Amino acid sequence: MNIVVCIKQVPDSAAKVAVQDGQVTWGEAPLVMNPWDEYAVETALTVQEDHGGDVTVVSIGKEGVEEALKIGLAMGSNNAILISDPALEAADSQAVARVLAAVIQKIGDVDIVFFGKQAIDGDMGVTAAQTARVLGWPILSLASSVETSSDGIRVERTVEEGRQVVEGKLPAVVSVVKDIGEPRYPSFMGIRKANRATIPVWTLGDLGIEEPISKVHWPELQNPPVQEIANEIIPGDSPEEIANTLADKILGEKVL
Amino acid sequence: MDFNLTNEHQMVQGMVRDFAQKEIAPIIKEFDRKQEMAPFVLPRMAELGILGICLPVRYGGQGMDYIALGLACEELEAVDSTLRVVMSVHIGLNSLGLFQWATEDQKERFLVPQAKGDKISGFGLTEPGAGSDVAAMRSTAQRDGDDYVINGEKMWISLATKAHHVLWFARTNPEAKDPHDGLSAFLVELDRAGITRGDIHGKLGVRAGSTGWISCQDVRVSHLNRIGEEGEGFKIAMSCLDNGRYTVAAGATGLIRACLDESIKYAKERPAFGRQISKLQLIQQKIAHMVQSYDAARLLYLQAGWMKNQGMRNSRQTSLAKWFATDASFEAASQAIQIHGAYGYSDEYNVERYLRNSKGAVIYEGTSEIHQLVQAGYALGYRQDAPLRNELPPYNEQTWREN
Repeated sequence: MNIVVCIKQVPDSAAKVAVQDGQVTWGEAPLVMNPWDEYAVETALTVQEDHGGDVTVVSIGKEGVEEALKIGLAMGSNNAILISDPALEAADSQAVARVLAAVIQKIGDVDIVFFGKQAIDGDMGVTAAQTARVLGWPILSLASSVETSSDGIRVERTVEEGRQVVEGKLPAVVSVVKDIGEPRYPSFMGIRKANRATIPVWTLGDLGIEEPISKVHWPELQNPPVQEIANEIIPGDSPEEIANTLADKILGEKVL
Repeated sequence: MDFNLTNEHQMVQGMVRDFAQKEIAPIIKEFDRKQEMAPFVLPRMAELGILGICLPVRYGGQGMDYIALGLACEELEAVDSTLRVVMSVHIGLNSLGLFQWATEDQKERFLVPQAKGDKISGFGLTEPGAGSDVAAMRSTAQRDGDDYVINGEKMWISLATKAHHVLWFARTNPEAKDPHDGLSAFLVELDRAGITRGDIHGKLGVRAGSTGWISCQDVRVSHLNRIGEEGEGFKIAMSCLDNGRYTVAAGATGLIRACLDESIKYAKERPAFGRQISKLQLIQQKIAHMVQSYDAARLLYLQAGWMKNQGMRNSRQTSLAKWFATDASFEAASQAIQIHGAYGYSDEYNVERYLRNSKGAVIYEGTSEIHQLVQAGYALGYRQDAPLRNELPPYNEQTWREN
């Protein structure tokens, strides 16, 4: 089974993200692998344990993105590829999808491509589907469990109404949610291997594609409005009385 | 001079931090209250390779360096001291002692399963009547043909009821002119006939760990279990302590960090006099002291770790790091409670556990008083490090990672 996992480097989830002079900043906070993508790597490694084959982690970005790829290697992936090209700096999700599709085609004979359900920075959650569209492959999104056979894939999707079981043919693109299983930690052996690895860097030229045109732009970024929060302690002689007063207040404020 | 951690160090730090924060932090309070070690802790640390982190791959370890050991200890004790105690006794006091002093055959038999985490190990030096005064120990090992017969009792032994192996120190020559020269070291498997052991409850801190006693009554071990030569026991014990103290120093640094992090968080949440208490200067002063302690403790243990990597004798620097960090962690925990006010006095918050945990390390592996004597001794020229027959091997990335 030849597996590719597409990952993104994002500011740590604990970072305080803010807009300063029209730019997004996250202070001194470190950049990490998008937490959802860790689940995708975990799923890929589990499928590999059952079926053999190679797991390749792929990411787009500047040189520093190697750090996120190294985490993928340290978790147990066999290969990593960094796509770096100045032309991709402001790429939107469909432009990214075109590049990822080209990478997957260049790697060749790929059976499954895994994504995390979304990236915690842009929160678009569409790159997996867009990549599948460019490849002409089925998309099985928001999977909470994955079973594969030699030519097919069966996933369970957790949806509001319950659970769906969806089957598709390989090759396919799959995006995963948290229920898929806790991502493993990097192993010490993996850490050693990752730090010895030379990660190949591909440009658009290497992929043989033109600069993809972004169709979505972010003309303006704003911090959320500062909210005035006032706390009020509700007195009362019994929990019941306090709860009743609270309920009256909530109804009075028309919150409910 | 390069103060940066390598990528590899940062990844080790991140991995151990994730383990401690995700798997231990949520359950630690419950086990601290129960005065029990969570049953999954040792198997999980073994599975993740943490129990052999800085030993060569050919001895079953993970091939990382001594700095990685320190960083792991810092991360572990930032969650709970009992996790770091495991590192101190299993790696610092026992496995690194075997790595330094054991024969190849002994390394194969004892060190390999320990580094893999298949066997857990402890350190049996302290006795009911002998702590700082090591040479006063009453435990004996009498030669009988190819065996030794061990009698005696060890007290305040970490992992007493969890370990499979213990490095046991006993007197082999009661006639030695200097009683220090009459001690020898033995690797004793704890399933041998004549061994009884138990845990001590009612301790002030490290309640989610195992601390106990081990008694040997006519316990026979082969002479092939003797580590080093007869009479080398005291030197072996002291070099084990050079490694154990390093892990204690690094761990106490993590404890200071935990106090600092919790104090910052609480000070920013808690209002008094119409503003957050973090805006009050006397609170800020406490925070500033914790920052100072953390940075100094960290630099001191990393210096000792670097010297270990280089193969330089580090008894003085390690002693200084241990003395400073443990005293500073006790003070940081006390001030963290002060910042939390009455809430800090209850186990609703973590800082009271930090204070209880911090006190032990001011006592074990050389009390703060002993370390002051050591430091004064070096400064005044009363104390010199004599070369050892076996030094701790310097870190070598290539040989550490060969199979």
